[in-house]
Amino acid sequence: MEKRVTFKGWLLPLCLIAPQVAISAVFFFYPAGQAIWQSLFIPDPFGLSSQFVGMGNFDFLLSDPYYRAAFRTTAIFSALVTLAAMVPALFLAVMADRLVKSAGAYRTLLIWPYAVAPAVAGVLWMFMFNTRVGVVAWYLGQLGYDWNHVLNGQEAMGLVVVASAWGRISYNFLFFFAALQAVPRSVIEAAAIDGARFWRRFFTIVLPLLSPTTFFLLVVNIVYAFFETFGVIHTITAGGPQQATTILVYKVYADGFVGQDLGSSAAQSVILLLVVGVLTVLQFKYIEKRVHY
Amino acid sequence: MIKRAFGALLAATTIITPLAATAQTEIRFWHAFTGRLGDLLAEQVATFNASQSDYTVAATHKGNYSETLNAGIAAFRAREQPHILQVFEVGTATMMAAKGAINPVYQVMTDSGLPFDPDAYLPAVTGYYTTAEGQMLSLPYNSSTQVLYVNRDALAGAGIDPDTDLSTWQNVDAVLGQLKEAGHSCPYTTSWQSWVHLESFSAYHNVPFATQANGFDGLDTELAFNGPVQVQHIAKMGEWARDGKFVYAGRRNEAGANFRSGSCALFTESSAGYAGVKAEAQFEFEIRHLPYWDGVEGAPQNTIIGGASLWVLGGHDAAEYKAVAAFMNFLSSPEIQAKWHQDTGYLPITMAAAERTRAQGFYEANPGTDVAIRQMTAKEPTENSKGLRLGSFDQIRAIIDEELEAVWAGDKTAQAALDTAVTRGNALLRRFEQANR
Repeated sequence: MEKRVTFKGWLLPLCLIAPQVAISAVFFFYPAGQAIWQSLFIPDPFGLSSQFVGMGNFDFLLSDPYYRAAFRTTAIFSALVTLAAMVPALFLAVMADRLVKSAGAYRTLLIWPYAVAPAVAGVLWMFMFNTRVGVVAWYLGQLGYDWNHVLNGQEAMGLVVVASAWGRISYNFLFFFAALQAVPRSVIEAAAIDGARFWRRFFTIVLPLLSPTTFFLLVVNIVYAFFETFGVIHTITAGGPQQATTILVYKVYADGFVGQDLGSSAAQSVILLLVVGVLTVLQFKYIEKRVHY
Repeated sequence: MIKRAFGALLAATTIITPLAATAQTEIRFWHAFTGRLGDLLAEQVATFNASQSDYTVAATHKGNYSETLNAGIAAFRAREQPHILQVFEVGTATMMAAKGAINPVYQVMTDSGLPFDPDAYLPAVTGYYTTAEGQMLSLPYNSSTQVLYVNRDALAGAGIDPDTDLSTWQNVDAVLGQLKEAGHSCPYTTSWQSWVHLESFSAYHNVPFATQANGFDGLDTELAFNGPVQVQHIAKMGEWARDGKFVYAGRRNEAGANFRSGSCALFTESSAGYAGVKAEAQFEFEIRHLPYWDGVEGAPQNTIIGGASLWVLGGHDAAEYKAVAAFMNFLSSPEIQAKWHQDTGYLPITMAAAERTRAQGFYEANPGTDVAIRQMTAKEPTENSKGLRLGSFDQIRAIIDEELEAVWAGDKTAQAALDTAVTRGNALLRRFEQANR
């Protein structure tokens, strides 16, 4: 029997949710509403005049092949970042979980990169791979590989993915590590007695038990790849070459703050809002069903 | 340098403080300079503040060029705008179109009653910021143009006479071939590819970059840099890139490091890069005129400038504008201009400053520093070489960068890339026209 607590009047519950509602209204509903409103206009940058264009901004965007390409770039980028940030994190967590000695030291070292801000991480990776003075680029050159992410779109994509995922591995590691500690030893021991080897135990017992954490991290990492990788992309490639690393968020910035085209920028924010909304619904509808809590 | 600037500031503050009680007009000046340039700017402001007691200028750094422009725009929307805003040359059309947001410099000067002679300025420099009727809209602050830097040791090392004629691209082509044959890994590199190889290139060969006199005559301008002269140049550079004669380093001035470290032999870059090269180069270098294609009618015309100018924003009272006018007069004075020119490598904005620099023997002591000014002033600017006035130009440059990168990577032909750049850029120009109707 579920235990329900109910309030007697309306006043107290309203007061209790008021701060949350107020914060959402000020920091989400108001700006989102403004963005939707602005997306119907082409204003001049100084706010002196603006013209109603209806769906004109959306027409302009969706007829631009580079904007459509940005969707594909974003999908590829997010998928790669999520994968590159989660798989190594899980592997490291499993390995750290097996350690008996000095586990604390390993843990601390593995968490370090999380303290590095994305823009700083971007600069670090940029220097390592700089086509002329970068250490890694130089070694690749010694091996006969001519690294040039300034002109090669795939190399540029690879570099921003690695730079974005790197700091994120620590974050994911923390969660996986905590979740692994919570896996009941008795279940694993029972499987071990039945003769299941380590990797079999991992795939049939541990991984399913980790699924709530994995699902949570999946959502969080996709959101990260969408919105927080700006600093990395800005410092390493600035969206280039030939827009190979221009993800949707970067284009909002480039059009709005470099191009002063606020109408297009607002329309892009609205589209982004829809994309993230749809993604979240999909994730909860389809993937969450397969999660065992 | 920092110490000296700080000392000057301190001195200025001590002089000003006792006077603060009397009604002093303070004006705010937002700029994008850091490092050495920031120190030199602070020194100018301190000198101005110390030179008189009626006005104070408060200079504030607001980030890079784009960020400074954004800060100015945001401040204007919040009715907190500074009096003077430093805006880079690609933001010119944006500022011009914002008629209600700016107070044109010629107006500010006339209203102030202070002496103002538009003819004292170098037309090649001020032309970029002047209307077709000759009204100066903003005051050029830091302007530079493109020149060719030559690593003489690299040429000599490849068995080429360092004094060889590099005035035409035909000659450069031959030298690049010789350097390549001698096993040089980076015969040529460039910074600011759109600025050097399309914007100024078009002016220098007297062909239009855009219709309507490069945008000076109206917002209905369309890009025109996919003409035969530009296409054959970009195609040639594409060939050089393929053959390893041209090494592409990046969209901005990344290539500067390659030249200064001695790894590249020839380098096209802003004349304002002189101080950096001089400070770092461990080899003998020389500054030459930007090469041109021999056989193109009218070439060489004159190159165009880059850099930034000072815009006066609207919405302040007359007394404050008078202070702005006084400050701008001060900046235009021969002593201040000549010092700025010699310290930074930027072009002087007045004839008097150029003459003063010559008289002081600066050009003899620093050979090559007068190449830029001679190249700018050799001929009377034409419709094609006055400058560019295009909306969303920062984005158009990004489009050009993308398409040029496609040529360097061998993905597109020069014609296809420039055609695409024109089409994409025109779409932005139409939006800009609509926003400023």
